[in-house]
This record gives sequence, C-alpha cells and structure tokens, in this order.
Amino acid sequence: MHSGPSPLQTSAAIEARELSKRYGSIEAVRGIDLDVATGETVALLGPNGAGKSTTIDMILGLLRPDGGAVSVFGGAPEEAIAAGLVGAMLQSGGLIRDLSVRELIGMVASLYPKALDVDEALMLTGLQETASQRTQKLSGGQTQRVRFAVALVSNPQLLILDEPTVAMDVEGRRSFWETMRELAARGKTILFATHYLEEADDYADRAVLMAAGRIVADGPPTRIKAMVGVRTIRATLPEAELVDLGGLPGVSAADRHGEAIVLSCADSDAAIRALLERFPQATDIEIAAAGLEEAFLELTAAESS
Amino acid sequence: MNALLYTRFELLRTVRNRRFFVLSLGFPVVLYFLIAGPQRNNHNLLGSGISAPLYYMVGMVAFGTMSAMLSSGARIATERAAGWTRQLRISPLSPRSYFRAKVGTAYLMALLSMVVLYVCGASLGVSLAADKWLQMTLLIVIGLAPFAALGILLGHLLTPDSIGPALGGGVALLAFVGGTWFPLTSGSVLYSIAQFIPSYWLVQASHVALGGKAWDAKGWLVVIGWTVLFTVLARRAYRRDTARL
Repeated sequence: MHSGPSPLQTSAAIEARELSKRYGSIEAVRGIDLDVATGETVALLGPNGAGKSTTIDMILGLLRPDGGAVSVFGGAPEEAIAAGLVGAMLQSGGLIRDLSVRELIGMVASLYPKALDVDEALMLTGLQETASQRTQKLSGGQTQRVRFAVALVSNPQLLILDEPTVAMDVEGRRSFWETMRELAARGKTILFATHYLEEADDYADRAVLMAAGRIVADGPPTRIKAMVGVRTIRATLPEAELVDLGGLPGVSAADRHGEAIVLSCADSDAAIRALLERFPQATDIEIAAAGLEEAFLELTAAESS
Repeated sequence: MNALLYTRFELLRTVRNRRFFVLSLGFPVVLYFLIAGPQRNNHNLLGSGISAPLYYMVGMVAFGTMSAMLSSGARIATERAAGWTRQLRISPLSPRSYFRAKVGTAYLMALLSMVVLYVCGASLGVSLAADKWLQMTLLIVIGLAPFAALGILLGHLLTPDSIGPALGGGVALLAFVGGTWFPLTSGSVLYSIAQFIPSYWLVQASHVALGGKAWDAKGWLVVIGWTVLFTVLARRAYRRDTARL
C-alpha cells in the first residue's frame, strides 16, 4: 500500500502541537497540544462550541489548521488516511440513498486495504436484521448504527467518533458502547467527542476537557469528574450558620441567598445525610447536578484569570 | 482498494433512482418524435444537407447526453449535503478514483441515452454506414468531455436546491445555442457565438453524414480548451470542498 517505514512503529497515534483554527473573528481552537498513544481510549469532553469538532476535522485533515501541526501515526493525516489506518464517524452526517445497508457497507469496505468482512461489521453494529433495507428508509437510530458500521468496516487502527451517540436510543447506546469496549480490547486507538460526562467516565482511559477552544483539563476521567461533577444542594434554612454548613462532610462551599442556602458538594450523598441530621428543619430541598456547561465555564474562568 | 467495485455501486445507485432514470432517458425520446416525426421526409433540413430525422437525432443525443453528464453534479450536490463527500474524504479513495467513478457513471448514462435515440432515429429512417455511426459516436463521446468536468464542478459548488434550476436552465441554453432545435445559419450572431460553445460541436457530429470531417481544427480546440478549463476548476473545487455544511 505505502512504502517506507510503517506508521505503526511510532507509539503516538495522534500528536497535535499548538493547533489553532479561527473562523473569521471566532477563535474556534486556540493553540492546543494533544497526544493520544496507540491503544488508548480518549474522550474529548466539552460543551457545544468548545472546539471539539474543529479539532477532529483538523486531525482528519478535513480542515487546515491556521497554526500549529498535527500528525497521525507519525505522518500527515492524509497519509494515514490514504493507508486506510483511520476510520471515523463524523458529526451529523447522512447516508447516500438507493443502496441497501449491506451494499453501502460493502461499498465502503471496497475502499480499504484491510477491511472487515461486511457480515462482521453488520454483526458488531447489530444491523443483521436491517441489512437488506434501503438506506433512505432507516430510522434515525438505525442510520446512526449504519454510520458506525461505515467507520468500523475499514478495520482502522485509529477510530475517531464525533458525538457518536447523539441520535441513538438507550438500547442503541448500550450496544454501541459494548462494541467500543470490544474494539478497545482489540488494541484499537479510540478518540471520541462527547458532551456527556458519564460516557467519558464509563468508557475512556483518559478524558480531555475542552472549553472555548482550549484544553482546560487532561487526565483520568475520575479526576475530571471530580473537577466538574459537582452537585449543589439547595434548601430553605434561615437559622443555620454558613461556617457550620461549610464544615459538613462532602460540602466544599456554602453560600446563602436570604433564607435559602446553597451547598456545593463533592459528595452530595454524604452531605445530604449530614445536613438532615444536623438541621432536620431544612425544607424545600433540591439536589442538582451542576450542568457541565456551568462547570466548564467555571473552569475556563479559572484558567483565564 | 477497488475503484472499479466502487464505480459499480455508483452505477447501481443511478439505475435504482427510477424517476431520474426514466425521465432522463424518456424526455429526449418524446421530444425527438414530436419534432422529427412530422418532418421525417425532409431530407435536407433548412439547407443543411442533412435529413431532419438525422439532424434531430443528433440534436436530441446532444441534449440527452449533456443532461446525463451534468446530472452527476446533482448527485454530488446531494451527497455533499448528506455529509457523504466528507466521509469519502477520510477514506483511501483517491481524488482520481473518485473522478473516474463519477465520470464513468455519467458516460454510461450518456451512452445509454445515445443508444436509445439511435434506435428511435433508425425507426424514422436514419441510415448511415457502420463507420459513420462509429465516427459520429466517437465525436460525441469526445465532445462530452467538457460536460463531464462541468458536472463535477457544479456539484461541488452548488446546493441540492440550486443545482436543479442551474442544470435545467443550463442544458436548455446550451442546447439552444448549440443548434439542437434548428440548424444555425452561417453568419448569424448566434452562429458566431456557437462556435465557442462545446454543445455546438456535439450537434455538429451529425455532419459525418455529409462525408469529410465534422469538426474542423476550431472544433477540436474549443472542446479541448473547455475540457482543460473545467477539469482544473473541478479539481480545485473538490480540493476545497471539505467543510461541514
């Protein structure tokens, strides 16, 4: 296929340095460094507009960076793609019509040097029953599965998925992640973008947190979860002292708005038990997960100050 | 990597798009019988020296095959809108194979349209020696090259909404200027414009019936010139066309 040393000899699947991209006056990606080692499963986590898709487009060679550089298996993205090393499921893509699911997957398979057997790809994505249907007659969830099969059938070393589960139903998601686990076990390198913290926590070896075009955190998902997985307890409790509330187990900060108190909690389970024991008179209790968006905003604010 | 297999799937898709398939083959046939039918005994159309059934047969071939070639643009525009072109971009399919598949599919549709119209022509009494048929077909195949590139160019520039009217209007205009509906009189303004338009040379392929060469040096130059220009532009449009839509 390609001459010269095998790209697989290097241990980095993706290496991005000072990568940046702007659209007019909007800086979509502001100089990020990102390394993904071969065999790693990395979640690219962030709210909408964080720059995840732009980053992925640059890794895939679909967008030319304005600054910095990215290499895939030690070479230009185009080279890795030409060698059939990369499979990807892009955001919000559709399918071409007038082919059956099996034919479409077969057509894609014909483009790759080491493609999977079409039946295997259909099985991995749970599409055996749907194989003979025309692509224009599929439901949204089925279309997503076919797009996943399109990415898989190439039998890539590196699998890149941009918000893969967005249009999937609960069952679709479950079987999708089951397949992803299997692929990770086969040694594939996986990079997926998501705005669900749980997906990063459950399936990634590492989570890279993006917000406003920057990487604001990069580490094990548990650490990221601790940073952004904050919950707040709100209650009406006029007579408690903030010092006492702040000292409760699991509470990291306490605040008061008139009669209402707001507790930011690293462990909301411990905090609510302690709160009710000390202050049984608390009423109107609400426990809420701080939105990821809020958490991201706080992190970015902390980053830029 | 099997570019041939990929082309086969492209073809399958085109044939399965029944409405497109039937309309694009049927429309020129209906027009042919409406225009050439009443004049089937006219053996010298407007002093051109060519019989009406032959002149209009080639005229409709020009019309039908131009549409067939440019319709690749409509398919490309739809694929782009679905994000499929980006999916192909991240596969090892080379631009060369991509173009080959698109052009190959368009040519096969054009050849089919040609054969159907030849049969219709024969039914109205068109008869040519075998070598003339061959010579004429070769000229038409060569004359379609600019349209193959133009179809891809338009497909990568226009949206599915705008490409319908662009192709419908464009083909009608090119057919008119090319002399599909009536032979152009030498010396007229239209005639002088037509000399530089590739569709004119497609229609001129019927002149093989008169013996001698159907195309002079200018004809070859015009066809080759537009082919080169549109190919360069199509390649550039394809290369740039990687953004999310």
